[in-house]
Amino acid sequence: MDLTGLLITLIGIIAFAVLAPVLGCFLAGIDRIVSARMQGRVGPPLLQPYYDVRKLFEKEGVTVNGVQDAYVICALIFAVIAGGIFFSGGNLLLCIFVITLSSLFFIIAAYSSRSPYAEVGAARETLQVMSYEPMVLLFAVAFFMATQTLMAPDPTMSFFVAPGSFDVGAVFSLDVPVIVCIWPVFLGLMFILTIKLRKSPFDLSMSHHAHQEIVRGMTTEMSGSTLGMVEILHWCENVLFLGWIGIFFVWGGPWTILIGIVAALVAYFVEILIDNNFARVKWQFMLKSAWAVALVAGGINLAVLAFL
Amino acid sequence: MAYAGKSPWVIHYDGSSCNGCDIEVLATLCPGFDGERFGVINTGNPKHADIFLVTGSVNEQNIDVVRQIYDQMIEPKVVVACGICACSGGIFHDCYNVIGGVDQAIPVDVYAPGCAVRPETLIDAIVAGVAVLDEKAEKLKAEKKGRA
Repeated sequence: MDLTGLLITLIGIIAFAVLAPVLGCFLAGIDRIVSARMQGRVGPPLLQPYYDVRKLFEKEGVTVNGVQDAYVICALIFAVIAGGIFFSGGNLLLCIFVITLSSLFFIIAAYSSRSPYAEVGAARETLQVMSYEPMVLLFAVAFFMATQTLMAPDPTMSFFVAPGSFDVGAVFSLDVPVIVCIWPVFLGLMFILTIKLRKSPFDLSMSHHAHQEIVRGMTTEMSGSTLGMVEILHWCENVLFLGWIGIFFVWGGPWTILIGIVAALVAYFVEILIDNNFARVKWQFMLKSAWAVALVAGGINLAVLAFL
Repeated sequence: MAYAGKSPWVIHYDGSSCNGCDIEVLATLCPGFDGERFGVINTGNPKHADIFLVTGSVNEQNIDVVRQIYDQMIEPKVVVACGICACSGGIFHDCYNVIGGVDQAIPVDVYAPGCAVRPETLIDAIVAGVAVLDEKAEKLKAEKKGRA
C-alpha cells in the first residue's frame, strides 16, 4: 500500500472511531423507540442507549477474569479498524477479515470467564460466525466480480480483461450500482444481516430481550465498563454492516451516497420488524438456512457472473 | 451528574410469592404501563441489574438465593420489596416456614406494599429507588475520587 493510501485509511479509522459510536448510539435509540411503537408502547428517550452506557461506566469494576477486558478492548479496536478500512474506500476483503477477527476476540472474551452460561453463549456465537461467514465471503467475491462486469474494459490490457476490484472506492467509477448484477447476493446478505446484528430469530448468542435468554449469553460475566464497551462495539458493528448494505446502491457521483444511506435505513427498519415478529430459532435451523441461502443466492449469482 | 438513575435495569426474583405480584411486575413493563419510558429494562442477569425487585416472603429455602443474587449485583444497587409479603411476610407472616420480609435477608431500600402490588405503586417504588440509586452512585464516585 502506498503512503497516501495508508494515510487515507488512518484518517478513515480515526473518523470512524469518532463518528460510528455517535451514529450507532442514535441507531440503537431509534431501534428501541421503533420496537416500542411496534409493541404498542411509548418507548424510552432517543438517548437511552447513551444513558445506559454512561451508567455502565459508572458502575463498580468487577471481573471474574481480568484478561476479559483486554479481549473486549481488542474486539472494539479491530471493529473500529474494519470500519475505517470500509468507509475510507479500502479493501472490502480486508475489512471482512478484520471484523471477523473482532468477533473472534469477543468470543474468546466470553470463553475466558469460564462461566457455563457465557460458554454456552460463546459456543453459539461460534455457530453464528460459522453460519454467516460463507455468505459474507461470497459477498466480497461477488463485489469483485460485479466491479469486473460493470467496469469498462481497460483498453491498454490485452484480451479486454476488465480490472475487477475489492476496493470499496471502486464503486464510484461505475455507471450503475453493483446491485444490478448481484441482487441475489444482496438478498442473501440481508438474510445473514439478521445474524450479524443479533436480531431475533437469530440472536442465539446474546439477546437484548431477557425473556428468551439463558441468563445473558456471552455477556453473562461482563458488567460495568466492560459491558459498556460491548455496547459501543455493537454500535460500531451496526454502522459498518449497514455500510455494507448501503454500498450496493452507490455508484459514480457522491450524491448516490444518499441513496445508499436511505437503503441502509430501510434495511435497518426491516431488521427491526423481523426482530419484533419472530422468536428465537434453534441453531440447527440457523446454520442450515444460512448456508442454503449462501449456496443458492451466492452460488448461482457467482456462477452467472462467471459464465456470462 | 450520575447516570445511574436514567437507566435502572431491574432483575426480578420470585421468593415465595403467590404469583400475583409477579404478574404485576411484568405488567409494569408491558404496554399498559411501559416501564421502559424511564429506561427500565428487565434483565435476567444480576450482574447487569441496578434494581432488585423481590416478590414474596423469605423462607429457609430461598434466603440463600436472595442473598446470592444481591451479592452478585454490582454497586450501586437498590432493593425494592414488591408486595406486602416481601415487605413483612404479609398474610404468610405466621407460617412455620416463613422467616419474614426480604429485609430479614438483605438491606431493603424501598418498600412497595399491596396485595397484589399495583403497577402504579411499582413505578412509584422504582422512581423512589432511582433517587436512592443516584445517591449511591454519587457516593461511589466520591469514594473513587478519594482513592485516586
